[in-house]
Amino acid sequence: MPKFSELAVGDVVASKTFDLTRDSLVRYAGASGDFNPIHYRDDVAQSVGLPGVLAHGMLTMGLAVQPVIDWVQDPARILDYGVRFTKPVVVPAAGSATLNITATVAQLDEEANKVRVDLTCSFEENNVLGKAQVWVQL
Amino acid sequence: MVNPNIQGKRYPKTPAYQVGREKVREFARAVFASRESLDIDYAISLGHKDLVVPPTFPVVIQEQSLKLVLDDPESQIDFSRVVHGDQRFKFERPIVAGDVLTSELSVASVKSLGGNHMVSFETEIFDEANTLVCTAFSTLVVRGA
Repeated sequence: MPKFSELAVGDVVASKTFDLTRDSLVRYAGASGDFNPIHYRDDVAQSVGLPGVLAHGMLTMGLAVQPVIDWVQDPARILDYGVRFTKPVVVPAAGSATLNITATVAQLDEEANKVRVDLTCSFEENNVLGKAQVWVQL
Repeated sequence: MVNPNIQGKRYPKTPAYQVGREKVREFARAVFASRESLDIDYAISLGHKDLVVPPTFPVVIQEQSLKLVLDDPESQIDFSRVVHGDQRFKFERPIVAGDVLTSELSVASVKSLGGNHMVSFETEIFDEANTLVCTAFSTLVVRGA
């Protein structure tokens, strides 16, 4: 468990790379119940004017917080987690889309022993999550 | 488009949803979780009753409430034009496998911006004792024709 007293604003506490494939999207569709075909059918994605098959925003949100959970080793310590979906993540039929997550300490609440960690989630040089903030109980 | 009159509308509570342990594992694997939401012995060693769900799992419950809105003829939301704008979960306590949950959604706001409509929802998730465990905040953007 990280120690509150050893943390400072600006510390990078976790980073991780994820490779999303079409298999990842199908798996997430089944697990979440979100079967919108724009997440697995090229023809449907094209017909509604999208650049390709997109990852579920909720899949990106879900994996982006995992490095923070690994850091504190307990999902029960996540008190509050919010994101904006700023850019789509296009996942090719073959190969993968690579997401790079970085988690940085943004705010310390000494009284409550809580820390706000901000996430960046980059895909092809763009940050695909805006205002991605996690409040963690230490 | 979205009917602006649904602003403030509350939808009925959804039927009870029991959080299954294998469902938690399935969801956890789908979001690339490590052992924290997969290993029952580990969860118990931390003092939890059962597996703790990944932080975005309440979307499964929120989805049941959202379906009521999308199926509501009054809302006039064309699902094929919907994209997810933002999402937030605020926990009162961790959700664990075995919890029996219901949700109640209200429409916080309907706004128009540059030909698009933005609908914001607030979904309260309650346990069997009717205690609030989590509030899910979500904005859908309905792209203009």
